[in-house]
Amino acid sequence: MDTDLSSQDRKDLDKFIKFFALKTVQVIVQARLGEKICTRSSSSPTGSDWFNLAIKDIPEVTHEAKKALAGQLPAVGRSMCVEISLKTSEGDSMELELWCLEMNEKCDKEIKVSYTVYNRLSLLLKSLLAITRVTPAYRLSRKQGHEYVILYRIYFGEVQLSGLGEGFQTVRVGTVGTPVGTITLSCAYRINLAFMSTRQFERTPPIMGIIIDHFVDRPYPSSSPMHPCNYRAGEDNGAVYPSVEDSQEVCTSSFSTSPPSQLSSSRLSYQPAALGVGSADMGYPVLFAGGLHAAHPHQLIGPGKEGGVPPVPSQPAHGTQADQERMCTPLDGVHYSAATPSSSEDTETVSNSSEGKCGSPHDLLETIFVRKVGAFVNKPINQVTMANLDIPFAMFAPKNVELEDNDPMVNPPDSPETESPLQGSLHSEGSSGSSTGNTHDDFVMIDFKPAFSKDDILPMDLGTFYREFQNPPQLSSLSIDIGAQSMAEDLDSLPEKLAVHEKNVKEFDAFVETLQ
Amino acid sequence: MVHFPPPRRQMVGPGRTRCCGPPGAAPAMNCRAEVLEVSVEGRQVEEAMLAVLHTVLLHRSTGKFHYKKEGTYSIGTVGTQDVDCDFIDFAYVRVSSEELDRALRKAVGEFKDALRGSGSDGMGQISLEFYQKKKSRWPFSDECIPWELWTIKVNVVNLANEQERQICREKVGEKLCEKIINIVEVMNRHEYLPKMPTQSEVDNVFDTSLKDVQPYLYKISYQITDSLGTSVTTTMRRLIKDTLAL
Repeated sequence: MDTDLSSQDRKDLDKFIKFFALKTVQVIVQARLGEKICTRSSSSPTGSDWFNLAIKDIPEVTHEAKKALAGQLPAVGRSMCVEISLKTSEGDSMELELWCLEMNEKCDKEIKVSYTVYNRLSLLLKSLLAITRVTPAYRLSRKQGHEYVILYRIYFGEVQLSGLGEGFQTVRVGTVGTPVGTITLSCAYRINLAFMSTRQFERTPPIMGIIIDHFVDRPYPSSSPMHPCNYRAGEDNGAVYPSVEDSQEVCTSSFSTSPPSQLSSSRLSYQPAALGVGSADMGYPVLFAGGLHAAHPHQLIGPGKEGGVPPVPSQPAHGTQADQERMCTPLDGVHYSAATPSSSEDTETVSNSSEGKCGSPHDLLETIFVRKVGAFVNKPINQVTMANLDIPFAMFAPKNVELEDNDPMVNPPDSPETESPLQGSLHSEGSSGSSTGNTHDDFVMIDFKPAFSKDDILPMDLGTFYREFQNPPQLSSLSIDIGAQSMAEDLDSLPEKLAVHEKNVKEFDAFVETLQ
Repeated sequence: MVHFPPPRRQMVGPGRTRCCGPPGAAPAMNCRAEVLEVSVEGRQVEEAMLAVLHTVLLHRSTGKFHYKKEGTYSIGTVGTQDVDCDFIDFAYVRVSSEELDRALRKAVGEFKDALRGSGSDGMGQISLEFYQKKKSRWPFSDECIPWELWTIKVNVVNLANEQERQICREKVGEKLCEKIINIVEVMNRHEYLPKMPTQSEVDNVFDTSLKDVQPYLYKISYQITDSLGTSVTTTMRRLIKDTLAL
């Protein structure tokens, strides 16, 4: 078996990888449009459906992807990344996910390009379809509309995970080995958002009050703008391409005319007829040699294949420049400003809570405390006025959005000198005037909304639970006195036990003999 | 009567199922078995099962094969669509094939009815088995050799109030997300798959009865565990296209 890749195989492989990358981007972006996707199966191959899957091609997305790739292919150290972020109506944004298509050096020389690699890439796309519905951003994207939109950005180069906050999780969609390397598709997603019920976005205006501790205003470099994921297809008048249902009732937003969208003019002019023609040319007619009786096993047969990438005909508003080989530098990732210390602390604490680390009451308290403030900073705190709250809790009173400087989550005040160790852990606790040891009373005053509790129905169930068990009594076995006592007893009884064992040495030996 | 392990199904008609042992000269040496467990409320059973089964079948279906001369074949296109669950905070992707959806709904419906009717503590399991047919000489009938078996163990819980149901909606949604990730992980291992067949063999590997997609040959069966711990086996077998018919 040839270990070197034939030139034909190499060309095929490059083409597969290129179109796999483009289709990957399409699947991801379409999954974040906020609509239900529906494509039809077709028993007769149209010759335009890569990987035997009906995945629509949104022209803008293809254009952006090609622009990002700039004629290159994913390789070691050069990954194609699709970043999904959320942007509120106030202009704050937060990165939700990062999908990475990477290539590593592990080669599988034995694998057949035109057959096995192709089928496995198809399987990987199906896995991607499944996984894109499973990450937290999917549900957010289905509810996008007035208060926030979902944006995407494609870049090529090094993977930048810093925008996801701490404690992000990774899910691997899959890998496909090829003779030139192993393609890996994975997603890193922010998890602290998972605790933010989407209901909060629907019901609580202004949205800034909830998310102030997560969002950091990031400047976008002009070279890689964000794009909204709320494309709506026009009337499908082309019979060539499998039609896509336009589920109007699910789509909650119309076109966004916000500045990052450079391609709003072309969105409305989506012409599937032209696309159909284009797809046929760049499509991959699927003719495999199957089974044992094939004259040319695993030979790729198809019209119009002159080797290399077939030219893509011009599409409206994009022209052929979309496909011209450009020597522009690949887009580097956006270097987001680092999260502020308090927000990273917040996310870290949150992520601790998400990992279920509720070891000591100390941690639990801290977690609760942080969660509390983040969840309802903007809500009117009725009970706050009931107690003596002028100094210690004034900073937790609802504020205007702009007063970020005063927000304790952004700029935590100095830790006060406190008596009890519990209070010492609460960094944002008020001045020493509050450290009278009445921890319970202090917490009761604020309308406590733990992360999982429901707003309307019995809101205090989980809260009551938390309060009751904030300070559980020490386990008796862990208390020093009893522990020391039992230890002392053990030590005292040791000599006696040893004496008994020595007496029975012979019996023990006999027993050991029977075992051997 | 206690069955340990769950007894093999009663087969009616052509073919008998061999358990996951290595049969004759079969290409499938070992049957890959995966088990998933979910705890759901009664009304969530159907959607949860459909979500898992559809996700598996999405990965195990191709477009229709069209054989040409010289042994080459072309493959049709598989469409997909999003499905939102009504009783679970969850959405999944399935193959766009009404026939396939109907077949799965029928199987899951029977499973759900059996679960409800058993009057037990609501435990059961539904299995999706992919198999290959191996032609045997007369007078022996064809063998069905499984190469992948997915078992979903279901535990039906009863909830007291609306608040618990709301929590259950979300929890089950999260659990199903984990299951989908598990399924994708298994699929990604690229372990044994039947070889692509020639035209004469295609019905031994694929189910060619559907008009728009072509899943691997599969059968769905289920078992309900009654409260005594014994297994009451109920088999629902999907009809295999009779290969002897012209």
